[in-house]
Amino acid sequence: MDKSPDELYQERLQRVEDAVQLKVPDRVPTVMTFGYLGAKYAGMTVEEVFYDPDKWVMANQKIITDFAPDMFQNNPALSGTVFETIDTRVMRWPGHGVSANHSIQFVEGEYMKADEYDSFIADPADYVVRTHLPRTCGALAPLQKLPRLTDFLGLGEGRAPISVLAGAELVAACGALSQAARETKKWQDARSVLVEEMKAKGFPALSRAGLAAPFDYISDFLRGMKGTMLDMYRQPAKLLEAMEVVLAFSLQKIESMKKIEPMEKTGENKLLFIAPHRGADGFMSLKQFEQFYWPGLKAVILALVEAGFTPYMFWEGEYTSRLEYLLELPEGKILNRFDRVDMVRVKEVLGGHQCIAGGIMPSLLQTGTVQDVKDQCKKLIDVVGRDGGFIMMTSCETDEAKPENVKAMIDFTREYGVYK
Amino acid sequence: MAFNLVELLAELREEEVLKVCRERLEAGEEPLKILEDSRKGMEIVGKRFADGEYFIPELIFSGEILKQISEMVKPMTKGEDKIEGRAKIILGTVAGDIHDIGLNIVDFMLDVNGFDVCNTGIDTPSQKFVDAIKETGATIVGLSGFLTLAFDAMKETVEAIEAAGLRDKVKIMVGGGQVDEEIQKYTGADGYGLDAMAAVRMAKEWTGG
Repeated sequence: MDKSPDELYQERLQRVEDAVQLKVPDRVPTVMTFGYLGAKYAGMTVEEVFYDPDKWVMANQKIITDFAPDMFQNNPALSGTVFETIDTRVMRWPGHGVSANHSIQFVEGEYMKADEYDSFIADPADYVVRTHLPRTCGALAPLQKLPRLTDFLGLGEGRAPISVLAGAELVAACGALSQAARETKKWQDARSVLVEEMKAKGFPALSRAGLAAPFDYISDFLRGMKGTMLDMYRQPAKLLEAMEVVLAFSLQKIESMKKIEPMEKTGENKLLFIAPHRGADGFMSLKQFEQFYWPGLKAVILALVEAGFTPYMFWEGEYTSRLEYLLELPEGKILNRFDRVDMVRVKEVLGGHQCIAGGIMPSLLQTGTVQDVKDQCKKLIDVVGRDGGFIMMTSCETDEAKPENVKAMIDFTREYGVYK
Repeated sequence: MAFNLVELLAELREEEVLKVCRERLEAGEEPLKILEDSRKGMEIVGKRFADGEYFIPELIFSGEILKQISEMVKPMTKGEDKIEGRAKIILGTVAGDIHDIGLNIVDFMLDVNGFDVCNTGIDTPSQKFVDAIKETGATIVGLSGFLTLAFDAMKETVEAIEAAGLRDKVKIMVGGGQVDEEIQKYTGADGYGLDAMAAVRMAKEWTGG
């Protein structure tokens, strides 16, 4: 007799949790991060699902139902309308700087200047609202005309300098923000619909994200890759101080997440996605990693574990030389997904200590044969899956792939990955 | 005590490097000699990168220091400071992809290893690669791409070079985020590299170096 969706849902959840906790599950779980493959699979362009939340839901539903992974990763859905409304300078998206059938790209830049560390450190909220947003979002440029945020303190007594908000520019900027908010809500609601509908079909979602290594926060959003690298040499003390500020509000965010985010909206598991990327092999020396990268990230990870979350780390890039650092993290509490690394070596270092995932390269799914995929899955299951603690995943977001290869990856793992 | 510009640059001592350059210029020294010493310093940086002692931040920083030296010195040079007779290489990030950190690292390493690099930058359409080959007579082409969408763009670029009748005149290498041997085969390239050193190795091999 077939299992009910609810039974399947609980089974799949348990399978992933067992793997994370280093218990041996019934079989190797598969977690898929479909990216925009769902759009292509459903016969739509990426641009279509970027602008229509219902289509986005539909595309995801179809690919998840048809391929039936144990869990699907579904980070906040991005909207072309929101990007247009805020007139973002930091993204290119389908139809706007990127072809209609390709995914988003981030525009690297020094959005915070080298001499602005003191402003950011002294008052990060003010810096974000009155300097960062105006630079990165064209529609929000007028926010630089706002008074210092602390000047709003006397508003209740009629003493705050708010008349500037009556000006046409600021009215427009606030309007853009409201419009963007309404659109964002549409997409958040769509995401909740997807999570609920997939639950009703028996598929758990992994949807919680939004934290970063403090170094990445500075490097991605503020100083840019080049700027931050130069700061390691030219103003290391400021960089470290700014990262302390970022760490402080990251820890505050974790506290608030405990209270605010109901589990049922984001999938009933405690997984939370973080993708460290700018401390990978080659991007800094081990000495710089120890000084600038690891301490802040480790603090965030430990705080998450402490707060009852399961950090799902996606170690982007090459990590071979950094694997031993992961041994400093608590056993059986973290899911570590890898990108370009020898998975056998990862198993040697982390096996029995933490759950690991990865090993299916995009070249395999895009250009390999079904047999190639099965061979690779078999190798991974035999060696890296030994004694549990392994989840079959791709090495990066799956935006492009031959559908038959994705099917082979999931079906073969389901059949061959059984623990006897 | 004589401060050796070559060593200071190799050690990335920015303030001291610029101080020494200023002093040497003020002393009336030949500007091209300063650029020559800078090149030697950069070669050491490149070597340390190849040896795994320096990483991307050091390349970026050395590039910044060199830029400042050039700004100081070049206005005082009389003409072109190009070394003649270097093998030419076209480098670019393929159409649809706007990543260039890796591209510029490879550019840097090829340059310090004696190649004349023509960098087409990001989001380079196939035709631009073809045109660059025709204009420069380059015998090597390097295609960079970070995203998985780049695989097809690389394939199309190789096909465009073939359609233009130039495929047998150039050797093509591919590299970037997710590029591996499978992608080299898929795109029809002659080689792939996991890092900038591989690019240098292949370029030297292909030019009989």
